[in-house]
Amino acid sequence: MTDAKSPLHRPSIHESGHRHANGAAIYVDDIPPPAGMLVGMVVPSPVARGTLRSIDLDDARAIAGVHAIITASDIPGVNDIAPFTHDEPLLASTDVYCVGQAVALVVAESYAKCREAAAAIEVVIEPLEAVLELRDAIERDAFITKPHEMRRGDVKAALAAAPVVIEGEIDTGGQDHFYLESHVSLVIPEEHDTYKVYASTQHPAEVQAKVAEVLGLARHHVVVETARMGGGFGGKETQGAHFAALAALGARATGRPVKVWLNRDQDMTQTGKRHPFHSKYRAGFSEEGDLLALEVYAYSDGGWSADLSQAILDRCLFHLDNSYYVPALFFSGRVARTNKPSNTAFRGFGGPQGMAVIEEVINRASERLGLDPAEVRRRNYYGAAPRNRTPYDQEVTECRLERIHDKLLADARYAERRRDIARFNESSRFVKRGIGYQPVKFGISFTNAMLNQAGALILIYADGSVQVNHGGTEMGQGLHTKMIAVAAHELGVKPERIRLMNTATDKVPNTSATAASSGSDLNGAAVKQACERLRSRLAVVAARLIGCSQHEPVRFEDGIVSAAGREVPFEQVVARAYVDQVSLSATGYYRTPGIEYDAAAGKGKPFHYFAYGGAVVEVEVSGLTGEHKVRRVDILHDVGDSLVPSIDRGQIEGGFIQGLGWLTCEELVWSPAGELRTHSPDTYKIPAMSEAPLAFDVQLLEGAPQSGVIHGSKAVGEPPFMLAIGAVTALRHAIGAFGAREVELAIPCTPEAILRAVVHVSQTTEAVERESVLI
Amino acid sequence: MAAIEWTLNGRPVSVSGVSPTMTLLEYLRGPHGATGTKEGCAEGDCGACTVAIVDPDAPQGPTFRAVNSCLVLLPMVHGKVVYSVEGIADGAPHPVQDSLVEKLGSQCGYCTPGVIMSMFEACYRKDLDEPWKLDDQMCGNLCRCTGYRPIREATEAIASLAPSDRFSAALAAAEKKRGVASYEEGDQRYFAPATLDELFDVLDANPERDIVCGGTDLSLRVTKRFERLPTVVSLEGVHGLRGVERQNGVWRIGATTPLADLEDAARDGLEPIERILRFFGARQIKNRGTVGGNLCNASPIGDLAPVLLALDAQVGLCSREGRRTLPLAEFFLRYRKTALAPNEILEAVLVPAIEDDARVGAYKVSKRQELDISAVALGAWVRLDDQQNVAAVRLGFGGMAATPARAAKTEAALVGQPWTEATVDAAVAHLDDDFSPIDDHRGSAWYRRTVAKNLVRGFYFETLSDSRPRLVHRPAATVVL
Repeated sequence: MTDAKSPLHRPSIHESGHRHANGAAIYVDDIPPPAGMLVGMVVPSPVARGTLRSIDLDDARAIAGVHAIITASDIPGVNDIAPFTHDEPLLASTDVYCVGQAVALVVAESYAKCREAAAAIEVVIEPLEAVLELRDAIERDAFITKPHEMRRGDVKAALAAAPVVIEGEIDTGGQDHFYLESHVSLVIPEEHDTYKVYASTQHPAEVQAKVAEVLGLARHHVVVETARMGGGFGGKETQGAHFAALAALGARATGRPVKVWLNRDQDMTQTGKRHPFHSKYRAGFSEEGDLLALEVYAYSDGGWSADLSQAILDRCLFHLDNSYYVPALFFSGRVARTNKPSNTAFRGFGGPQGMAVIEEVINRASERLGLDPAEVRRRNYYGAAPRNRTPYDQEVTECRLERIHDKLLADARYAERRRDIARFNESSRFVKRGIGYQPVKFGISFTNAMLNQAGALILIYADGSVQVNHGGTEMGQGLHTKMIAVAAHELGVKPERIRLMNTATDKVPNTSATAASSGSDLNGAAVKQACERLRSRLAVVAARLIGCSQHEPVRFEDGIVSAAGREVPFEQVVARAYVDQVSLSATGYYRTPGIEYDAAAGKGKPFHYFAYGGAVVEVEVSGLTGEHKVRRVDILHDVGDSLVPSIDRGQIEGGFIQGLGWLTCEELVWSPAGELRTHSPDTYKIPAMSEAPLAFDVQLLEGAPQSGVIHGSKAVGEPPFMLAIGAVTALRHAIGAFGAREVELAIPCTPEAILRAVVHVSQTTEAVERESVLI
Repeated sequence: MAAIEWTLNGRPVSVSGVSPTMTLLEYLRGPHGATGTKEGCAEGDCGACTVAIVDPDAPQGPTFRAVNSCLVLLPMVHGKVVYSVEGIADGAPHPVQDSLVEKLGSQCGYCTPGVIMSMFEACYRKDLDEPWKLDDQMCGNLCRCTGYRPIREATEAIASLAPSDRFSAALAAAEKKRGVASYEEGDQRYFAPATLDELFDVLDANPERDIVCGGTDLSLRVTKRFERLPTVVSLEGVHGLRGVERQNGVWRIGATTPLADLEDAARDGLEPIERILRFFGARQIKNRGTVGGNLCNASPIGDLAPVLLALDAQVGLCSREGRRTLPLAEFFLRYRKTALAPNEILEAVLVPAIEDDARVGAYKVSKRQELDISAVALGAWVRLDDQQNVAAVRLGFGGMAATPARAAKTEAALVGQPWTEATVDAAVAHLDDDFSPIDDHRGSAWYRRTVAKNLVRGFYFETLSDSRPRLVHRPAATVVL
C-alpha cells in the first residue's frame, strides 16, 4: 500500500507546524486591520427570559467614536441565524430567551468605546419565569423536538423475564469547547454591495448563506475565507455564523470594515456548549452478563433554540448501543428547551452522551454480578447474524471489536494488572486503584444524508506548482496535511510543490461543515477525483513527450512522469500541456453512497461505516480528598490505513484527553438566574499538562484497510473522545474498593463527586445522613 | 520619564503615548503589530500570551522568565530584554521550535506561541533536574488539541539544552538596570521608585493609588474588569525587598520575592512552603507573582497564608514612621482587608525556622491540581512532648472562612492529647465549630468541611513516617499516602 516515494500512509509534521511555532500562522484576529476598520461588540441580555420593552440608544449614539448601534429592526434581510429550523433571531426583537443572547451590536473605534456605549444603552426587559434546569424543562413538558424512537422486539416482556434488572438515571454535563481562539469574524465591504468575510468557522458556506440572508443579498455577493481556526471542536460549526453576520451588519451600516471578536468571557457566556443529557434506563441481563433488553429515555438540554440539537439527539440514540448487540430495545430521545445559550455541536455530537448511558448500565451490571466489566463488554459485542443489527437496523460490517479487545488487553496486560490492583487495594487504606476497558464503535457520516458531499478545485500552474482548494476547513486536526498527502500522491509530485489554499466559498461552493469526523473522507475523495482528471489529461501529454503509445501506462511519482521505461520531469509535462492548450485546472466531487435513514420508523443506514477503538485506563483515587490521577492509558485504535499516521495519533491522544476533561474536571456552574459562573479558565478547568498520563501508549490497528473510503483510511476526529469513558469505569473500580455498597458516581467525576461516591460506598446510610464521613 | 525603553527581540523599542496600564500583550498585538503572541484569556490562566523576559536579579544569576504578557503592564518592561515567539529563530528555527514541530506538538497552533516561549525558558534553565519540574514548567500553557504528550516530549528534548547562542549571550550580558522612575500618559501615572524613601514620597503624594509588583492580581482589574487605574505604584524596583535569607533562626522573605525564587529557596528548610508552591500557580505566575502580593490581597484562598499561619509567620511592615511586626493571623482583618496602615507596606515575611522535632505539612485541594484555586488549603504544624502528646499545634486553613484562619477550637482539642488516630479523628469534629464554609463553584460546604477534616487526618498519617513529607512526582492527591 505504501508507495516508496509517496507521502501517503507516512508520518508527517503538521503542514503549518513551523508557522505555528514561529508566530507566522495567521488567524482572523491577526489580519492587519484594514484602513478604517471598526470593531463590534454584542450587547447581551442580562436576564434569562423576558419581554423586550424598549432599547434606548440615544446616549450611546452620542458617544464620540461610536459609529453604529444595530438592533433587530436594522436588519435589512432576515433576522434569523438558525442553521435549519428558522427559530433563532440573530438579534432579539420581542423576547429574550437566555442570558447572553444578543440584543444589539455596538460598532465603534475601539473595544473600550464599545464598552462605554454598551453601558450607556438602556435595555428594558420585563422578566418572565425562566426554565434553567433540564429536569424542570422535562417536567414542564418544554420540548423543542418530537420524540425520536427506536424499537426492536418486546422490551417490556424481555425486561420482565430478565434475571437481573438494572434501573436508574444518569446525567452527563455540558462542556465548553474552550478552543484557544475565541469566535471572530472580519467583514470588509467591497464594491457593488459585496462583502469579503474572514471568519473562524468550520462552515464557510453556511456563514456565506447566513450573511447573505441577514443582509438580504444573494449568496454570490458574499465570499467567506477561512485560513485556519485556533480550534473548533464543533463550537464553530454553526455558531461562528452569528458573529460573522453581526460584523456584516456593522460593515453594511458603516461602510467600513468591521471585526467582531469575543474575549474569553464573552465567548463562554454567549455561545452554546455540549448538550447536557438526562437519561432514564432499565436494562435486563442474564446472570452471566448477557445484555437482554434495554429501555432508555434520553433528554437533552437544547438551550433556547434548536441549532443542531435534533441531529445531536439522533446521534445519541445511534450510540446508545455503542459496541453491543441489544436483542430487545426501546429508545426514546427528545430535546428539551431551557433558557440557556443554545447548545451546539461538540466532538462526538451526542455520541458520548449516548455511550455514557450504556457504559453506566454495563458497569453497574458487572458490579452487581461480580464480573469483570471488560468480560461483560466482550460478551455483548456485535457478532455474526443475527447479532449484527444495530438498534436502527443497520448491519454492522467489518467489525473489529473483538480483535481490538483481545490484542489490547493482552498488550496492556489487563488481567495481570487487575490482579495487581486487587492486591494493592487490599493493602492500601486511603488510596485505591482501578482499571477499566472501553471499547468504542462510532458511526461515520453526517446522519443528514445530503450533507455527505464535498468538492475540490485543483490548479496547476505552468511552472508545475500546484494549488489545492477543497471545501474542508483546518482547525488543527491536520486535514490540510492529509489533503497535501493525497494530492501529492495522486499527482506524483513532492508535497512542497503543493500549496494548500485557504478555504474559500468562491473556490468550492455549497460545501458542508467540516464536522462529523468526515473531513478527510469527503474532501479527500474530491481532491483525489480532481487530481485523477488532471493526471489523465497530463498522461496524454506525457505520452506525446516521451513518444510512446497513448495506451502505455503512465506513472506519476515524486515529480517524475514515466512511461515505457522513459521519464520526464512533471514540470516539463505541465509546461508542454500549457503549450498544447490543455486545461490545467479541474474540480473534483464526492458524495457518500447509500446513506438513508427513516426517522419515523427509526430504521435505516445512517452511516457509511463504523470506526472502532479500545482503551485501557488505570487510575488512582484518594479516599481522603476525592482527587484522582490517571496513571496509565493504552489505546488501540482503528483508523484503517491511516492517511498520515502522525496526524491520526494526535487526534487520538487529543480526543482522549478532551473526553477525560468532560468526564472529570470540566464543570459548568450556573447561577440561579441563569448566568454562567464558570466563564473563564480561572473557574472552568480543562485538562492541563499532568492530566495526560506519563504512560500513554497509542497504537494504530495494523492491516485494517476500510473498504469504500479513500485509500483504505477511516475517520478519526471524534471516536477517540469516547475512549475516555474508560476512566469512569476505572474510577468506579477504585471507588468500589473503599466499601461494600453499590457505587454511585456522578459525572463529571470531580474530586467532590468522587469523595461523595467514596463516602457512599464506605458508610452506612445512617452515617452518611449524619455526615460522619471518616473512611 | 517620557518613554518606556526596552529591548524586544534584540531591537531597542521606545514607547510613549500609550496608557501605563496597557499590557505588554496589547502593545505587541496592537501598536507593535506583532500578532504571533496570542490572547486566550487575558487573565494568566491559559499561557497563550507567554513571552520571555530576562530577569537580571534572579538569585541564580540572570535568567529567562516565561511570563504571561497579558498581565504585564508596559512600564514593567522598561529597561528589560524581552523575547516573543517571532524573535527566537536565527535564520533557522530555534531548537525549541524544531522540537515542538517534529513531535507534532501543535495542532491548531493557537496555544503554540505560548508553549514555545515556556519551552524557551526551559531550554535555558539549568535546574530542570526533576521530572515534576517539567510539568511545572509547562502547566501554565493550556492546549485543547494535543493532549500534551507531544508537548511534554518536545520539552523534555530541549530542557536545559542552553545552546551557546545569542540568547545565552544576552543572559551573560544582562544588566541590572533601574526601572522607569515614572511614566504618565493623560491622567494616568505609573511610579517605580528605587528606594523606600522614594516609595514613601510617592505614597505620600498619591494617597489614591494602587500598589503593584508582579501584576498577576492587579492587572486583572484592567484586563477583566476594564477599570481605569489612575495611579499605579510598583514595588518591583525598590531596593532591599527581594530575596530570601535565613539569619538567627528566622527566615526573612522579602515581600517582592517572586514565588519562583521562594520555591527554590524553600527547598531546604521550608519544605511545606516548597510543597504548597508546587501546585500554586503556573510557572508564568510564579515567575511574576510575589510573596507580598499573595498576602496583601488578603484573599481567603491565597495559598501561602495557610502554611505561613501554621509556621507562625510574622509580617514585617514598614512606613516612613518606622517598622513593626505583626503575627500573620493579625494581618488579615476581614475579607480582603489587611492591617496595613495608609502608606505602610509589607516589607518582609518572617518565618521561624522549623524546629527539628516539629512535624509539618501543607495541602491544597482544587478541581484541577495544576493552576487552580483551592477549594480548601491546609498548613499544619505539630510538636509532641516526650509522652507523644501534642505539646502545640497550628492548623492554618484557606477556603474555609472569609480570611485564611487558624482552626482554634480544633487545635485546642488536640493540645495535651496523645497524637493518635483516635484523638485526631475526635478533634477534627471541632472543625465544624471553627468554620462555616460556603458553597460555590469550587466546592460545596459539605465538601469543604469533609476535606478539611480529612486533610488533618492525612497530615497525621503522613507525618507518622516522615516529619517533613515532600510531594512525589505526579501525586494522585495532595495527601500522599
